[in-house]
Amino acid sequence: MDLRFDPELSTFRSEVRAFIAANLPPDIAHRGWHDYHAYRPDIQRWTEILCKQGWSAPHWPVEYGGTGWSPIQNFIWHEELRLAGAPVHDRSSLELVGPVIYTFGTQQQKDYFLPKILSGEHWWCQGFSEPGSGSDLARLRTRADVDGDHYVVNGQKTWTSEAHWADWIFTLVRTDQEVKPQAGISFLLIDMKSEGLTRRPIWSIDEGLTLNETFFDNVRVPKENLVGEAGKGWGYAKFLLTNERTMSAEVPHSKRDIVQLKRIAAQTMKNGKPLSDDPIFRSKIAKAEIDVTALEWAVLRLLFAKGEHAETAVASVVKTRGAELRQTLAELSAQALGDHGIAMTPDPESEHVMRSDGLAPPIMEEGVGIVSKAIFRRATTIYGGTNEIQRTLIAKTVLGL
Amino acid sequence: MEFESTPEQEAIADSVRNFVKREYDFEQRQALAASTDGLSRDNWATYAELGWLGAGLSEDAGGYGGSSVEYAIIAEQLGKALALEPFVATVTTLKTLEALGTAPQAKELAERIVTGETIAILAHGEAAARGDPRIVEAVAAHANGVWTISGRKSLIVGAPGADLLLVSAGVDEGLGLFVVPRDANGLHISPYRTVDNFRVADLGFDSVAAEPIATGTTVLPAIEIGIDHGTVTLCAEAVGAMDAALWMTRDYLKTRQQFGQPIGNFQALQHRMADMLIQCELARSMLFQGLHALGLEDNARRRGVSATKVTIAEAGLFVGRQAIQLHGAIGMTEECAIGHYYKRLFAIAHLHGDGDTHLERFASLAN
Repeated sequence: MDLRFDPELSTFRSEVRAFIAANLPPDIAHRGWHDYHAYRPDIQRWTEILCKQGWSAPHWPVEYGGTGWSPIQNFIWHEELRLAGAPVHDRSSLELVGPVIYTFGTQQQKDYFLPKILSGEHWWCQGFSEPGSGSDLARLRTRADVDGDHYVVNGQKTWTSEAHWADWIFTLVRTDQEVKPQAGISFLLIDMKSEGLTRRPIWSIDEGLTLNETFFDNVRVPKENLVGEAGKGWGYAKFLLTNERTMSAEVPHSKRDIVQLKRIAAQTMKNGKPLSDDPIFRSKIAKAEIDVTALEWAVLRLLFAKGEHAETAVASVVKTRGAELRQTLAELSAQALGDHGIAMTPDPESEHVMRSDGLAPPIMEEGVGIVSKAIFRRATTIYGGTNEIQRTLIAKTVLGL
Repeated sequence: MEFESTPEQEAIADSVRNFVKREYDFEQRQALAASTDGLSRDNWATYAELGWLGAGLSEDAGGYGGSSVEYAIIAEQLGKALALEPFVATVTTLKTLEALGTAPQAKELAERIVTGETIAILAHGEAAARGDPRIVEAVAAHANGVWTISGRKSLIVGAPGADLLLVSAGVDEGLGLFVVPRDANGLHISPYRTVDNFRVADLGFDSVAAEPIATGTTVLPAIEIGIDHGTVTLCAEAVGAMDAALWMTRDYLKTRQQFGQPIGNFQALQHRMADMLIQCELARSMLFQGLHALGLEDNARRRGVSATKVTIAEAGLFVGRQAIQLHGAIGMTEECAIGHYYKRLFAIAHLHGDGDTHLERFASLAN
C-alpha cells in the first residue's frame, strides 16, 4: 500500500491545465461554466480542437485513437476540464457507443464510425428506454424484422437524450420474438435521417430540452449496422451501462460544483456579511465537500482496482452516491443564491427554450444556470438505472440476497 | 382542544374545492401560468366574492371575523391545485394591517383588499436579510412634509400584478410602512417567475414619494406578526401540495407496470411511500401547532412558527423529491403534474425564510 499520489501526476496536471487554458475558447468556457444542457456547436468546436491534439477520446485504447493515459490521468483530465468550464462532452458517443463499437463491432464499423466520433462529426444518442420498459428494460418491444439485406424497425423509444442534436442512434431492438426476453434483443445502429424516423421533443421541468421521444415507422436499416451477433444485444448493453455507471459518479463535476458553491457563498450577503461567514451555511458546505471527498476516494479505489471482481456492483455504489451528491450540491448552490435561488432562469443563450418571456431576474453571473440545474438534477437518481434499481443490484450481486 | 373543522369551516373548504375543480385542473393551471399576467383577475374576484380574503381577519380590521385557521383551510385547498394567485402574500399584508391596529388608514385599505377592489402587497423582504424580518436597509426620509423611500426589496410575490405596494423602510426611530402606487416615479419593478411559475418582482426605490400608514417602533412587531401569519398560511398551502403529490404518486404506483406487475408491489417503493406519508402527517401536525402558536405572546409565537416552517420546508422537499423519483423519468417532464408540485414545494421551502433561517430564529429564542 502506498497512499501517496505519484509526483509525476502533478506534472501531468500542469500540462493538461496549460493546454486547456491556451486552447479552450473563452466564449465556450463561459457557457460551459453556466452548465446548462449540451450545446452541440460548442462541444463540436471543442472536440475539433481536442482531436487535433489527439485528445478527443483519451480513455480509448491507443489503436482506436486514445492516448494511453492511465485511469487516474483520465480522471485528472476530467477534473481540469470541469474546472476550466469546458462543456461536458458528447457522452453517448465517447463513453457509450464508442467502446461498444471498438469492442464488439466489425472492422468496417470501426473504420467508419470511430474517426467520426473522434472528430466530432458524428453525434450519437441512446435508444434504450421505451414507454412501457424503463427499469424493466428487457421487456422492450421495438422490433426489427429481417427483409432481405435490411432490418425493418417499428416501435418507439423515449427519454432519448440529445436526440435533437444527434446524427445516429444506437438502439436495443427485438429481433427474435420467440425466445426469452433478454435473448431476443439486438444492438442496432440507425441513421437519424432514415425515412420513417421521427422525433418529438419532451420539455423537462427546468424548461430545458434534452429529452425526446423517437418513433420508428418501417425504418429500413442495412444489416451491416448490427453490432456483434443478433440476440446478444443485452450483453453489449450491460457492458455499456457499467461504463455509464462508473462515469456517473461525476466526481470531477462535483468538485467543480464545490468551487462554484464557495464562490457564490462568498459573493452573496447575509445580514451585512458574506454567506460564507455564516456558521450554519459554512458547515453545510463543509459537509458537502467531505461527502465528495469520500466518493472521490471510492472512485480512486475503483480506478486502481486490479481484476474485475463485482465491477458492476461497485459501479452501482458510486453511481448511487454520486447521483445523490449532485442533487445536494445543486440545491445547496441554489440556497446560497438566496432569493434568486428559486427564480426560473432558462438558458439565456440557448435556441431550445420552452418559453421566452424574458421573465428572468437580474441574477449574479456566478449563479446563472444554478436553479435550472437544481431542478434538472432530480433526474440524476433516475437516469442510467434508478437508484432503486442500483440498490437492488448491490443487494443481489455483492450481498448475495 | 378540537381538531375537527366546524360546519362553517367545512363550508369554506368546500367552496375552495368547488372552485379549483372548476378553474384549476392541471391544463387550466398551466395555461394560466403561461399567460401574460400568470394569474387570473377573474379568479381573484372570485376569491373576494366568496369571502376568502376576509375569512381570517377580525371585523375590527375590516374582515369577516375569523382567524388564520380559516386562511389555512383555504390555502390547503389552493395548494392541492397549485393555484397561482397571491393568496399568501395577501394574507401577510392583511394580517400586518390588522396588527397595526388603530391606524384608520389601515382598516380602510384592508377593506378594499378584502373586497378585491385593490390588490395591495407588503414589500418588506430584502436580499441580504435572507428571510430575517428584522433586517431592513431601505430608508425613508421626511422633508417639507413629504416622505420619500430609497432602497431595494427582493422576491416580492404578487408585486407585478399589484395596484399598491406597502413598503417598509427605516425612519429615525423604528420603521415606517408606506403606501406606494405601482406606477410611482422612481420605482423600478423587475418582474420574474419563480420555478413554480408564481410572478414575483425585485423592486428598486429611488427617492419614491410615499404615504405613511404608520411609523415608529410598533411597525416592525406588526410586520413580524403579519409575516408569521403568512408563513403559517404558506405552510398550510404546502400541506395541501404534499397531500396531493402523495396520493397522485400512490395512484401511479398502482397503475405503472414493470417486471410484470404494478411497481407498487415492490417493498422498496412501498417503504418510500410510507416515509412520505409519515412526513405528510408530521407536517400537518406542525401546521396545527403553528396555528396554535399564532395566538401566543411574541417569542412563543416566533418559536412556534419557526418550528412549523423548519419541519414543513424539509418535509415538503422530501415528499416533492420522492414523488418525482417514484414516477421515474415521466416525473421530470413539464407535461406531468408531479414535477410542478416539487417545484412549488422547492419554492415554499425558501419563501418566508428557509429552514436555516427559521432554525436559527428558533434556537435564538429562550423557551
